[in-house]
Amino acid sequence: MPHTLVEKILLAHTDAADIAPGDIIMVRCDVVLANDISGPVAFRAMERMGARRVFDPQKVVMVADHFTPAKDAMSAALLRSLEEWCESQGVTFYGQGRGGIEHTLLCEEGWVVPGTVIAGGDSHTCTYGALGAFGTGLGSTDIAFCLAFGEFWQVVPGTIQVVFEGTRPPFITGKDLILAVIAHIGVAGGTNHVLEFVGAGAESLSIDERLAVSNMAVEAGAETGLFPADATTAAYLQGRTTRPWVAERSDPHAQFAQRVRIALDALSPLVAAPHSPGNVIPVEDARGVRIDQVYIGNCANGTLTDLRQAAEVLRGRRVHPRVRAIIVPATSSIYRQALREGLIDVFLEAGAIVSPPTCGACFGGHMGVLAAGERAVTTTNRNFRGRMGSPEAEVYLANAWVAASAAVAGEIVHPAEFLAEVRA
Amino acid sequence: MIFEGTALLIARDNVDTDVLYPGPYLNIVDPQQMKWYLFEGLDPSLRDRLREDTILVVGENFGAGSSREHVPLAMKAWGIRCLVGKSFARIFYRNCINLGLLAVPCREAVDAARDGSRLRIDTDAGVIEVDGRVFRMPSLPPFLLDIITCGGLEAWARRRLTTG
Ligand code: SF4
Repeated sequence: MPHTLVEKILLAHTDAADIAPGDIIMVRCDVVLANDISGPVAFRAMERMGARRVFDPQKVVMVADHFTPAKDAMSAALLRSLEEWCESQGVTFYGQGRGGIEHTLLCEEGWVVPGTVIAGGDSHTCTYGALGAFGTGLGSTDIAFCLAFGEFWQVVPGTIQVVFEGTRPPFITGKDLILAVIAHIGVAGGTNHVLEFVGAGAESLSIDERLAVSNMAVEAGAETGLFPADATTAAYLQGRTTRPWVAERSDPHAQFAQRVRIALDALSPLVAAPHSPGNVIPVEDARGVRIDQVYIGNCANGTLTDLRQAAEVLRGRRVHPRVRAIIVPATSSIYRQALREGLIDVFLEAGAIVSPPTCGACFGGHMGVLAAGERAVTTTNRNFRGRMGSPEAEVYLANAWVAASAAVAGEIVHPAEFLAEVRA
Repeated sequence: MIFEGTALLIARDNVDTDVLYPGPYLNIVDPQQMKWYLFEGLDPSLRDRLREDTILVVGENFGAGSSREHVPLAMKAWGIRCLVGKSFARIFYRNCINLGLLAVPCREAVDAARDGSRLRIDTDAGVIEVDGRVFRMPSLPPFLLDIITCGGLEAWARRRLTTG
């Protein structure tokens, strides 16, 4: 029987002899992840399940990233409990200043390799699809079960194949590609499915760009967004990991639920206007929208690629006097590399704030939440009402070129207005 | 299993878990505390309209976005035992099942319901009654029904640990 990529991955992680979309199976995890929000809720549930120890300490990793550095005493206590739990269970813990935002971090640190299953207590665990892994977001009770037994129940998803055709014009990034997909299939179009990204336009993407694409698969309702592993994946993993992996892809005659073609040649930079990631318009249609804040960061768009793009706009320019620009390198190592390349200097010189790696205001936690009536352009993944602060605030999602250009102009503009020529 | 109750309508589509339980309150771990922030970003007055027998009746793609289990935990803390929706987002749906909270997708039943409607859900017969009108609902896979019948994944896990 021909199988899709996700079916092959799941088959290798279950006892079932064969599987088809709709089947309910138990899936074994290679990695179980949680953070300072989902972790402590899961630990309590695990205890109530009657399990005292995790199934395999080598396969469990916890990251402090949401309320870090602690925004108040309650968050500090939460972070403390996370740390103590990790110590008592003997599992890997990335504490404050020693890691960064979980999804960028786990890729960087070699936890994620193609063909594996990663259960994460965070909806953006789908980011790991960028490396060909079935990373999928689960709630705390699921995570508790994974911690205790090393597996979770799963309805075998169908596959929506997304073919990126052609080559990207300047200023088109992974962010624009996934926004185009969400615009096409809708915010619930991927429910009970995975997205699989193929075609010349997919293969041409760097891992940073792929992270941005896979990260927002959940904004289309999908369980993950898979890039079949290729030479780019192999080069990225070289030196990062000793975990074994093989490159798999869907069989030629595998059954897809749907095939979507996205032509890249004619694509404009896209923005998702308030209050839905599915409210996608070309940047030209948002031109002139006045803004108060720019936020460049988050688990998929706080990469070195994003910081370089932002720096290219901000170099020798000033953030508009009316605007706050907050830049959040996703991990400590990205931060250090940005420092080495002089990017941090560019940001500070331009009048931007450089934050430590943290989820921060991406989910409205702290470090840059918005007041009523304020409007922001961000490289994050959700612009739900109230997501970044007041329910009366507005958020436009965009790529780092667009966000940085808006910071300078004080309003949304096409980045080409600043940069005549750009490195591809 | 049979659930009976009174409908509280949240008629919009794509209601996300951020508005159902906003980010700033995610540092709470006790469901009895969580419950005071349920619906906070959507309409806090919904909390005042919850009754002992409330069944939430919701639109398409309910519970989209974040995996925060605070939403169904807070619902359970208010005594909600059942939701009927046009459709549910995947992680939210899983979380409900795992907490023993029945979430039934049935568009016709949602269209027929209004605030205060009397609902009766019979999982064995696979039907929902809305003010006496009967609608067929998709049957719950036996595996998921087993988790719900146990009272959720915690109890299901305890059973697995004790029976080996
Ligand atoms: S950066 Fe934002 S989207 Fe990513 S894990 Fe943190 S809160 Fe979630």
